Amino acid sequence: MSDIAVGDVIAEKTFDLNRGSLVRYAGASGDFNDIHYRDDVAVAVGLPGVLAHGMLTMGLAVQPVVEWLGGDSGRILDYQVRFTRPVLVDATEGAQVTVVAKVGVLDDAGARIDLTVTYNGDTVLGKAQARVAL
Amino acid sequence: MNPELQGRAFEPTAPYLVGREKVREFARAVFSTSPLNHDPEAARAAGYADVVAPPTFPIVVQEATLAQLLAEPDAGIDFTRVVHGDQRFTYTRPIVAGDELTATLAVTSIKSLGGHSMITSESTIVDATGAHVVTATSTLVVRGDE
Repeated sequence: MSDIAVGDVIAEKTFDLNRGSLVRYAGASGDFNDIHYRDDVAVAVGLPGVLAHGMLTMGLAVQPVVEWLGGDSGRILDYQVRFTRPVLVDATEGAQVTVVAKVGVLDDAGARIDLTVTYNGDTVLGKAQARVAL
Repeated sequence: MNPELQGRAFEPTAPYLVGREKVREFARAVFSTSPLNHDPEAARAAGYADVVAPPTFPIVVQEATLAQLLAEPDAGIDFTRVVHGDQRFTYTRPIVAGDELTATLAVTSIKSLGGHSMITSESTIVDATGAHVVTATSTLVVRGDE
Protein backbone atom coordinates (compact mmCIF):
# COMPACT_ATOMS: atom_id res chain seq x y z
CA MET A 1 0.00 0.00 0.00
CA SER A 2 3.02 2.26 0.48
CA ASP A 3 3.81 2.07 -3.22
CA ILE A 4 0.63 3.73 -4.43
CA ALA A 5 0.75 6.91 -6.48
CA VAL A 6 -1.73 9.67 -7.23
CA GLY A 7 -3.94 8.55 -10.11
CA ASP A 8 -3.68 4.83 -9.34
CA VAL A 9 -6.93 2.88 -9.51
CA ILE A 10 -6.97 0.90 -6.25
CA ALA A 11 -10.31 -0.81 -6.73
CA GLU A 12 -13.12 -1.20 -9.23
CA LYS A 13 -16.41 -3.02 -8.79
CA THR A 14 -19.86 -3.30 -10.33
CA PHE A 15 -22.95 -3.84 -8.17
CA ASP A 16 -26.17 -5.34 -9.50
CA LEU A 17 -29.15 -3.71 -7.83
CA ASN A 18 -32.69 -4.98 -8.06
CA ARG A 19 -35.90 -4.14 -6.24
CA GLY A 20 -35.00 -6.72 -3.62
CA SER A 21 -31.80 -4.77 -2.87
CA LEU A 22 -33.92 -1.69 -2.18
CA VAL A 23 -36.35 -3.51 0.09
CA ARG A 24 -33.40 -5.04 1.94
CA TYR A 25 -31.79 -1.62 2.41
CA ALA A 26 -35.12 -0.11 3.50
CA GLY A 27 -35.42 -2.71 6.25
CA ALA A 28 -31.79 -2.46 7.32
CA SER A 29 -31.72 1.33 7.44
CA GLY A 30 -35.29 2.10 8.49
CA ASP A 31 -35.82 4.35 5.46
CA PHE A 32 -39.25 3.21 4.22
CA ASN A 33 -39.94 6.10 1.86
CA ASP A 34 -42.39 4.69 -0.72
CA ILE A 35 -40.44 6.06 -3.69
CA HIS A 36 -37.89 3.29 -3.14
CA TYR A 37 -40.31 0.44 -3.79
CA ARG A 38 -43.59 1.74 -5.24
CA ASP A 39 -43.77 2.77 -8.90
CA ASP A 40 -47.17 4.43 -8.46
CA VAL A 41 -45.92 6.68 -5.66
CA ALA A 42 -42.66 7.48 -7.48
CA VAL A 43 -44.57 8.52 -10.62
CA ALA A 44 -47.13 10.50 -8.60
CA VAL A 45 -44.36 12.70 -7.12
CA GLY A 46 -42.89 13.33 -10.56
CA LEU A 47 -40.08 10.78 -10.66
CA PRO A 48 -39.43 8.58 -13.68
CA GLY A 49 -39.68 5.48 -11.48
CA VAL A 50 -38.46 3.76 -8.33
CA LEU A 51 -35.08 5.08 -7.17
CA ALA A 52 -32.35 3.53 -5.09
CA HIS A 53 -31.84 5.19 -1.70
CA GLY A 54 -29.02 7.72 -2.04
CA MET A 55 -27.59 6.27 1.16
CA LEU A 56 -27.55 2.79 -0.40
CA THR A 57 -25.45 4.14 -3.27
CA MET A 58 -23.19 5.93 -0.79
CA GLY A 59 -22.98 2.78 1.34
CA LEU A 60 -21.98 0.40 -1.44
CA ALA A 61 -19.65 2.89 -3.15
CA VAL A 62 -17.20 2.81 -0.24
CA GLN A 63 -17.10 -0.99 -0.05
CA PRO A 64 -14.32 -1.41 -2.64
CA VAL A 65 -12.21 0.94 -0.48
CA VAL A 66 -12.97 -1.10 2.65
CA GLU A 67 -11.92 -4.25 0.76
CA TRP A 68 -8.70 -2.55 -0.33
CA LEU A 69 -8.06 -1.74 3.36
CA GLY A 70 -8.30 -5.44 4.15
CA GLY A 71 -11.84 -5.11 5.48
CA ASP A 72 -10.93 -2.66 8.25
CA SER A 73 -13.10 0.44 7.87
CA GLY A 74 -11.45 1.82 11.02
CA ARG A 75 -8.85 3.33 8.72
CA ILE A 76 -11.45 5.52 7.04
CA LEU A 77 -11.28 8.93 8.72
CA ASP A 78 -13.86 10.79 6.65
CA TYR A 79 -16.28 9.92 3.85
CA GLN A 80 -18.44 12.34 1.90
CA VAL A 81 -20.60 12.42 -1.21
CA ARG A 82 -22.94 14.74 -3.03
CA PHE A 83 -26.07 13.21 -4.53
CA THR A 84 -26.18 14.49 -8.09
CA ARG A 85 -28.32 12.03 -10.09
CA PRO A 86 -30.77 9.31 -9.10
CA VAL A 87 -30.26 5.61 -9.76
CA LEU A 88 -33.44 4.27 -11.37
CA VAL A 89 -34.01 0.63 -10.53
CA ASP A 90 -36.20 -1.01 -13.14
CA ALA A 91 -38.57 -3.71 -11.82
CA THR A 92 -37.26 -6.35 -14.23
CA GLU A 93 -33.88 -5.04 -15.45
CA GLY A 94 -32.59 -3.69 -12.13
CA ALA A 95 -29.63 -1.32 -12.30
CA GLN A 96 -25.87 -1.68 -12.51
CA VAL A 97 -23.77 0.74 -10.48
CA THR A 98 -20.05 0.84 -11.13
CA VAL A 99 -17.48 2.22 -8.71
CA VAL A 100 -13.92 3.18 -9.64
CA ALA A 101 -11.70 4.16 -6.70
CA LYS A 102 -8.63 6.20 -7.50
CA VAL A 103 -5.92 7.83 -5.39
CA GLY A 104 -6.64 11.57 -5.47
CA VAL A 105 -4.18 12.91 -2.92
CA LEU A 106 -1.29 11.43 -0.93
CA ASP A 107 0.05 13.30 2.09
CA ASP A 108 1.29 12.85 5.65
CA ALA A 109 -2.24 12.09 6.87
CA GLY A 110 -2.68 9.25 4.36
CA ALA A 111 -4.61 9.28 1.14
CA ARG A 112 -7.74 10.75 -0.32
CA ILE A 113 -9.51 8.15 -2.41
CA ASP A 114 -11.78 9.64 -5.08
CA LEU A 115 -14.73 7.55 -6.17
CA THR A 116 -16.33 7.70 -9.59
CA VAL A 117 -19.75 6.13 -9.31
CA THR A 118 -21.70 5.62 -12.51
CA TYR A 119 -25.06 4.24 -13.54
CA ASN A 120 -26.18 4.04 -17.15
CA GLY A 121 -23.11 6.00 -18.28
CA ASP A 122 -23.70 8.96 -15.93
CA THR A 123 -22.00 9.78 -12.65
CA VAL A 124 -24.51 9.69 -9.81
CA LEU A 125 -22.34 10.98 -6.96
CA GLY A 126 -20.26 14.16 -6.92
CA LYS A 127 -17.23 14.88 -4.75
CA ALA A 128 -17.29 11.29 -3.49
CA GLN A 129 -14.16 11.13 -1.37
CA ALA A 130 -12.85 8.92 1.39
CA ARG A 131 -9.95 10.03 3.57
CA VAL A 132 -7.96 7.00 4.72
CA ALA A 133 -5.06 6.51 7.10
CA LEU A 134 -2.26 4.43 5.55
CA MET B 1 -37.69 27.92 6.07
CA ASN B 2 -37.19 29.46 9.49
CA PRO B 3 -33.66 30.95 9.74
CA GLU B 4 -33.89 30.89 13.54
CA LEU B 5 -33.30 27.13 13.43
CA GLN B 6 -29.62 27.90 13.12
CA GLY B 7 -28.05 27.91 16.55
CA ARG B 8 -31.07 26.30 18.24
CA ALA B 9 -30.22 23.75 20.94
CA PHE B 10 -31.66 20.27 20.47
CA GLU B 11 -31.93 17.53 23.08
CA PRO B 12 -29.71 14.47 22.60
CA THR B 13 -31.61 11.53 21.10
CA ALA B 14 -32.58 8.52 23.21
CA PRO B 15 -29.69 6.03 23.43
CA TYR B 16 -29.41 3.68 20.43
CA LEU B 17 -28.02 0.26 21.33
CA VAL B 18 -26.14 -1.22 18.36
CA GLY B 19 -27.05 -4.88 17.92
CA ARG B 20 -24.80 -7.47 16.29
CA GLU B 21 -27.54 -8.75 14.01
CA LYS B 22 -28.46 -5.18 13.01
CA VAL B 23 -24.84 -4.60 11.97
CA ARG B 24 -24.86 -7.81 9.94
CA GLU B 25 -28.20 -6.91 8.35
CA PHE B 26 -26.96 -3.44 7.41
CA ALA B 27 -23.67 -4.86 6.13
CA ARG B 28 -25.52 -7.28 3.82
CA ALA B 29 -27.72 -4.44 2.57
CA VAL B 30 -24.71 -2.35 1.48
CA PHE B 31 -22.97 -5.34 -0.18
CA SER B 32 -20.18 -5.54 2.38
CA THR B 33 -17.79 -8.46 2.07
CA SER B 34 -15.68 -7.55 5.10
CA PRO B 35 -15.45 -10.34 7.70
CA LEU B 36 -15.16 -7.61 10.35
CA ASN B 37 -18.78 -6.67 9.67
CA HIS B 38 -20.05 -10.22 10.08
CA ASP B 39 -17.73 -12.31 12.24
CA PRO B 40 -17.06 -11.33 15.89
CA GLU B 41 -13.86 -13.41 15.92
CA ALA B 42 -12.49 -11.59 12.87
CA ALA B 43 -13.43 -8.27 14.46
CA ARG B 44 -11.73 -9.18 17.75
CA ALA B 45 -8.62 -10.31 15.90
CA ALA B 46 -8.49 -6.83 14.35
CA GLY B 47 -8.77 -5.21 17.78
CA TYR B 48 -12.50 -4.47 17.99
CA ALA B 49 -14.85 -5.55 20.80
CA ASP B 50 -17.46 -6.97 18.41
CA VAL B 51 -18.58 -6.77 14.77
CA VAL B 52 -17.79 -3.44 13.12
CA ALA B 53 -20.56 -1.44 11.44
CA PRO B 54 -20.03 -0.30 7.81
CA PRO B 55 -18.97 3.34 7.29
CA THR B 56 -22.49 4.59 6.47
CA PHE B 57 -24.21 2.89 9.43
CA PRO B 58 -24.21 6.16 11.46
CA ILE B 59 -27.10 7.30 9.21
CA VAL B 60 -29.33 4.97 11.25
CA VAL B 61 -28.48 6.90 14.43
CA GLN B 62 -28.44 10.28 12.70
CA GLU B 63 -31.92 9.67 11.31
CA ALA B 64 -33.47 10.37 14.74
CA THR B 65 -31.94 13.85 14.70
CA LEU B 66 -33.20 14.59 11.18
CA ALA B 67 -36.66 13.53 12.37
CA GLN B 68 -36.30 16.05 15.24
CA LEU B 69 -35.44 18.75 12.74
CA LEU B 70 -38.37 18.02 10.41
CA ALA B 71 -40.71 17.81 13.41
CA GLU B 72 -39.86 21.29 14.75
CA PRO B 73 -43.26 22.98 14.63
CA ASP B 74 -41.86 26.27 13.36
CA ALA B 75 -39.28 24.79 10.96
CA GLY B 76 -41.37 25.36 7.85
CA ILE B 77 -39.91 22.29 6.14
CA ASP B 78 -42.31 20.42 3.87
CA PHE B 79 -41.08 16.83 4.10
CA THR B 80 -42.55 15.92 0.70
CA ARG B 81 -40.23 18.49 -0.94
CA VAL B 82 -37.04 17.40 0.81
CA VAL B 83 -34.19 15.91 -1.23
CA HIS B 84 -30.92 14.66 0.26
CA GLY B 85 -28.22 16.96 -1.14
CA ASP B 86 -25.03 15.71 0.42
CA GLN B 87 -23.76 13.58 3.25
CA ARG B 88 -20.55 13.34 5.20
CA PHE B 89 -19.21 11.26 8.07
CA THR B 90 -16.16 12.26 10.08
CA TYR B 91 -14.98 9.39 12.26
CA THR B 92 -13.06 9.11 15.50
CA ARG B 93 -13.62 5.35 15.39
CA PRO B 94 -16.01 2.91 13.70
CA ILE B 95 -19.26 1.95 15.42
CA VAL B 96 -19.20 -1.58 16.87
CA ALA B 97 -21.96 -3.83 18.18
CA GLY B 98 -22.62 -3.10 21.84
CA ASP B 99 -22.17 0.65 21.47
CA GLU B 100 -24.85 2.76 23.10
CA LEU B 101 -24.97 5.92 21.03
CA THR B 102 -26.67 9.28 21.38
CA ALA B 103 -26.77 11.98 18.74
CA THR B 104 -27.09 15.72 19.19
CA LEU B 105 -28.25 17.91 16.36
CA ALA B 106 -27.02 21.37 15.42
CA VAL B 107 -28.15 23.34 12.40
CA THR B 108 -24.98 24.87 10.96
CA SER B 109 -26.23 26.66 7.87
CA ILE B 110 -29.42 27.74 6.11
CA LYS B 111 -29.21 29.11 2.58
CA SER B 112 -31.56 29.99 -0.23
CA LEU B 113 -30.57 29.41 -3.82
CA GLY B 114 -32.79 29.89 -6.86
CA GLY B 115 -36.03 29.30 -4.98
CA HIS B 116 -34.69 26.28 -3.10
CA SER B 117 -33.62 26.24 0.53
CA MET B 118 -30.66 24.29 1.79
CA ILE B 119 -30.28 23.34 5.42
CA THR B 120 -27.05 21.81 6.70
CA SER B 121 -27.05 20.02 10.02
CA GLU B 122 -24.43 18.24 12.06
CA SER B 123 -25.26 15.30 14.28
CA THR B 124 -22.57 14.59 16.83
CA ILE B 125 -22.67 10.95 17.86
CA VAL B 126 -21.07 9.89 21.14
CA ASP B 127 -20.86 6.60 23.05
CA ALA B 128 -22.08 5.80 26.57
CA THR B 129 -18.94 7.35 28.09
CA GLY B 130 -19.54 10.57 26.15
CA ALA B 131 -16.57 9.96 23.84
CA HIS B 132 -16.92 11.11 20.24
CA VAL B 133 -17.52 8.33 17.69
CA VAL B 134 -18.59 10.08 14.49
CA THR B 135 -20.10 13.32 13.27
CA ALA B 136 -22.68 13.02 10.51
CA THR B 137 -23.31 16.09 8.37
CA SER B 138 -26.23 16.33 5.98
CA THR B 139 -27.51 18.96 3.62
CA LEU B 140 -31.19 18.71 2.87
CA VAL B 141 -32.53 20.60 -0.12
CA VAL B 142 -36.12 21.79 0.16
CA ARG B 143 -37.47 22.39 -3.33
CA GLY B 144 -39.38 25.63 -3.83
CA ASP B 145 -42.67 26.02 -5.69
CA GLU B 146 -42.24 25.20 -9.34
